[in-house]
Amino acid sequence: MYPSRFKYESPKTLEEAIKLLDAGKGEAKVLAGGQSLVPMLKLRFAFPDQIVDINNIPGLDYIRFDADGSLHIGALVRHEHLEKSVEISKRQPTIAAAAPLVADPIVRTRGTFVGSVCHADPQGDWAATMIALNGHLVVQGPKGKRNIAMKDFVLGPYATTLNYNEIAIEAVIPAPKGVARGGYLKLERRVGDFATASVAVALDMNGDTVLGAGFALAGVGGKTIDANDAASALVGQKLTEATIAKAAALVAAKAEPRTDHRGSAEYKRHIVETFVKRILTANSTQKVA
Amino acid sequence: MKLDEVKIGGMGASRRRVEDNRFIRGKGNYVDDVVLPGMLHMEILRSPLAHARIKSIDTSAAWDMPGVRLVLTGEMLAARNLAWMPTLSYDTQAVLATDKVRFQGQEVCAVIADDPYIAKDACGKIVVEYEVLPPIVNPVQAAAADAVQIRDDKAGQVGNKVFDWEIGDKSRTDKAFEDADVVSKIELHYPRTHPSPMETCGSIADYDRATGKLTVYMTSQAPHIVRAAVAMVAELPEQNIRIITPDIGGGFGNKVPIYPGYVIAILGSILTEKPVKWIEDKTGNLTSTGFGRDVYLKGEMAMRKDGKILGVRMNTISDHGAFFADAQPSKFKIGLMHSAFAAYDIPTAHMFATGYYTNKAPGGVAYRCSFRVTEAMFFQERMVQAAADDLGMDQAEFRRINFVKDEQHPHRTAFGFLTDSGQYEKCLDIGLEAIGYKNFAAEKAEAAKRGRLLGIGISTMTEPLGAGNSREYDILGIKMFDSAELRIHMSGKALLRTGSRGQGTGHETTWAQIVAHELGIPADDILVEEGDTDTAPFGMGTYASRSTPVAGAAIAMVARKVRAKARKLAAHLLEVSEEDIEWELGRFYVRGNQERGVTIQDCAMAAYSNMPDGMEPGLENVAYYDPPNLTWPFACYIAKIEIDPETGVWDVLQFVAVDDCGVRINPMIVEGQIMGGLTEAYAMANMQYQTYDEEGNIIGGNYMDFLLPTAWETPGFELYEVVTPCPHHPIGAKGVGECATVGGPAAFVNAVMDALKDKGVRNIDMPLMPNRVYEALTTGKDVYGMPPVRSGN
Ligand SMILES: Cc1cc2nc3c(=O)[nH]c(=O)nc-3n(C[C@H](O)[C@H](O)[C@H](O)COP(=O)(O)OP(=O)(O)OC[C@H]3O[C@@H](n4cnc5c(N)ncnc54)[C@H](O)[C@@H]3O)c2cc1C
Repeated sequence: MYPSRFKYESPKTLEEAIKLLDAGKGEAKVLAGGQSLVPMLKLRFAFPDQIVDINNIPGLDYIRFDADGSLHIGALVRHEHLEKSVEISKRQPTIAAAAPLVADPIVRTRGTFVGSVCHADPQGDWAATMIALNGHLVVQGPKGKRNIAMKDFVLGPYATTLNYNEIAIEAVIPAPKGVARGGYLKLERRVGDFATASVAVALDMNGDTVLGAGFALAGVGGKTIDANDAASALVGQKLTEATIAKAAALVAAKAEPRTDHRGSAEYKRHIVETFVKRILTANSTQKVA
Repeated sequence: MKLDEVKIGGMGASRRRVEDNRFIRGKGNYVDDVVLPGMLHMEILRSPLAHARIKSIDTSAAWDMPGVRLVLTGEMLAARNLAWMPTLSYDTQAVLATDKVRFQGQEVCAVIADDPYIAKDACGKIVVEYEVLPPIVNPVQAAAADAVQIRDDKAGQVGNKVFDWEIGDKSRTDKAFEDADVVSKIELHYPRTHPSPMETCGSIADYDRATGKLTVYMTSQAPHIVRAAVAMVAELPEQNIRIITPDIGGGFGNKVPIYPGYVIAILGSILTEKPVKWIEDKTGNLTSTGFGRDVYLKGEMAMRKDGKILGVRMNTISDHGAFFADAQPSKFKIGLMHSAFAAYDIPTAHMFATGYYTNKAPGGVAYRCSFRVTEAMFFQERMVQAAADDLGMDQAEFRRINFVKDEQHPHRTAFGFLTDSGQYEKCLDIGLEAIGYKNFAAEKAEAAKRGRLLGIGISTMTEPLGAGNSREYDILGIKMFDSAELRIHMSGKALLRTGSRGQGTGHETTWAQIVAHELGIPADDILVEEGDTDTAPFGMGTYASRSTPVAGAAIAMVARKVRAKARKLAAHLLEVSEEDIEWELGRFYVRGNQERGVTIQDCAMAAYSNMPDGMEPGLENVAYYDPPNLTWPFACYIAKIEIDPETGVWDVLQFVAVDDCGVRINPMIVEGQIMGGLTEAYAMANMQYQTYDEEGNIIGGNYMDFLLPTAWETPGFELYEVVTPCPHHPIGAKGVGECATVGGPAAFVNAVMDALKDKGVRNIDMPLMPNRVYEALTTGKDVYGMPPVRSGN
């Protein structure tokens, strides 16, 4: 690969990294897993003057459930760590379901959860889980830390509210009031393909009753689609054929698919609806035909 | 003691591949691994537009960059009469565009610099001014009366047509249709795909002015043809041209043609007097080098009520891109498309073929197939299924009653080929048994209860592999024979060279096994060398499954020549007359006294140290083999699939492959070839294609859109074998490298169509992506042509 010329630094502390980004005045880029940035460099779609490799900064690769039940994912947690984490598989079903569907097994060994969210690809899987789970990012810049709610983070394709001199240091997913349920389904043409359509569903359940619900979509719009409004069909209710159908229809209505070589807009909307139904049905304790 | 042939790595031994030793250690030597002193690097600037007139090219900013040695334009090439080069199909192709660009990705300028980064940066500094012309992206547009002429460079060119071509007996076929009880029709598109080898194309040209010698390291499947072509184009004396093909990271037909990059690198080296390396990137490979297929196929079948096929009509319209650069035997404009229906006993057939130029990448190479045989067999097996459905007949039974019977071979096909041998029904029976055909109806009903649709698809075919014979097959006039040269050293070890070129296909392993079989020299004692035109005998190279049928035969023949001389040496050593000598594997002995003998190794030593008076010393020979016929392997592929009707996603539940490729030299390698081929077949059926949007932008010019299946989704394949030795091949072998790519796709597609049979759907064109299956399922209508490309925002 022959990218255009860039300077490369591999700082050992966050402060140093932020200083380099600040000095870069927008021409410096963070390198995390490199699974999106390096292809962009190769194609010369990205041509930063400076690469700031954060892989040698210690202490950023944790997956932690705090005592309050909130989940914290450090900036250097790879997709594969989430896929293999026993804690995640027990306590966070939406992320557990998405992890094996992100990219392919090779990419998953390098790519990071936080990097994927920062990349803001409309087809990215993790941004969808973050929206459905009502997560936020903790970012650090020259003036210290701030939180950015996921719903305020993505502006459009590859565009976020992150300042050029800030690094996202962790993703936080709030604790459920009851039990976290949910799932993730993705239609792809083969492993490693981005989503033709994918659906993240996050449920907060008390027994059979839905306390809260979140929905987000990837691949069916110019950015990750926030379909959390559809929760209105479920909150305070049980997952029945009727409530499921209603929620699925509401989510599908939120999709903004376009017709392309992966299928027609109607097809993609239909897939969204089908997937929402399937996930909710799988989480329902009642028999749904 | 008698030698154990399997132990010495002879015929039938699943000997481990000797080349893998270096490949799996990362010690292969590919063209990009070759580094010569003082070597420069070349990068090609490609056209962003599909069809445009070049108004001006400003290269001054590129020339100004430090480290840039040479910037080449079409005009500079034209001054040396090198702006155009011949293709393998008697057309011309632009090396660097002078007048117009004719496809997106076409070569416009080249920069030669001290390193590849500078070369790439400098390409970015070249300013080309274009005047956009309307692009033509399919044959329908190309044929329109008011279509812009793409090839206005060619004197005498009318419109955008490349050729009209016809074969078969029209009037007899017309009559057959008149007499038919039932006529079945089908219309298909075989989408454009790409061989996409793991290693892209590339070369290093090294011209030495002092000696006048040009050495080119190149990723070529046919280095000897390249030497001949370079001699023609570059007007260099042939003895001063040396083509060296180091290890090849996959070819699949993509590395048969001669590409502009090679020619430019050669000129670059002549002008700079330095070695010039050009390594294509993946996008360059996918967007400018030989693609496969892109044919519209239409046809009909005439039948009697009882299912007997009376005749077939075929019509093909092929899209060749901007230059007619198919790599194929010159007599046949649409390759061996007329091999269709060779497995069936059909009295008469007729085919009409038309080719068009479009503003798309040139090529039409034989992507893992014997020249358009893939399209032929796909059409055949889709037609056969449609016909069986129309007759209301069981698809297996319909095949069975129309198969050429074992005892009918050699059988003259309706299009004039002569098959050699086969046991078609036996293969079919093994396949049906393995897939559980009898129980399928029950299985399907069971699945229906779960809301799933099951389908079973069969593809049975025989194909002509191993061109030529020299009567009918040539490329640019050079007859399609092949060669082998065998040298036995005095210690009984050997060096074997052939005119073919392995490309990850195991030649170094299997070729030694043929010699081991013929001479009893252990395969481990035989070094196989290919790909250097200064040392290897002339051969037409490796593609179209021709290596074992042709070069493999030459190897057996040369070994027999060597054995004949060894026999004389044995007679001398044993002090008997030659007539009294008997041969068993690895050893000559005196008739009637098996104890008294000498080994082949003894004879080798004698050839250098103790030859009889008057005998030429040494033990070596060369053989050129002109095959009497093509070889005709048979395959029966059966897929069982399940559709999720809510999404259109289909999964392969079981896949059975019964291959009869004659005698198997190395069964493990044969199985590897079949599995690889089936994987490619699955790709084409399920996900893979290249297309162009209405502006002529390629979709499928990178691996985001051009999909290669991974181990993850590729189904498992169950392999079975039947062996019908090839009657005219010295060791009874037939070609096999391509059977699965050729016959595989129809099995998958037929299976999906079988599942949709009661929905009124007759055809979905490949790739059968879930959305297309869903569309057919919900509308009850066929889905034709390429997937719609990007639209709107
Ligand atoms: C073959 C392939 C298939 C893929 N398939 C999928 C898929 O199916 N689904 C999917 O969701 N993704 C897919 N991806 C993308 C993959 O998930 C990437 O890993 C992810 O998008 C980016 O994470 P990264 O750590 O590699 O980030 P990088 O490539 O290192 O960076 C991406 C961008 O984010 C910025 N960035 C990274 N980390 C930070 C940070 N901590 N703070 C601020 N900015 C940061 C970088 O500057 C850059 O602009 C695929 C990638 C490949 C190569």
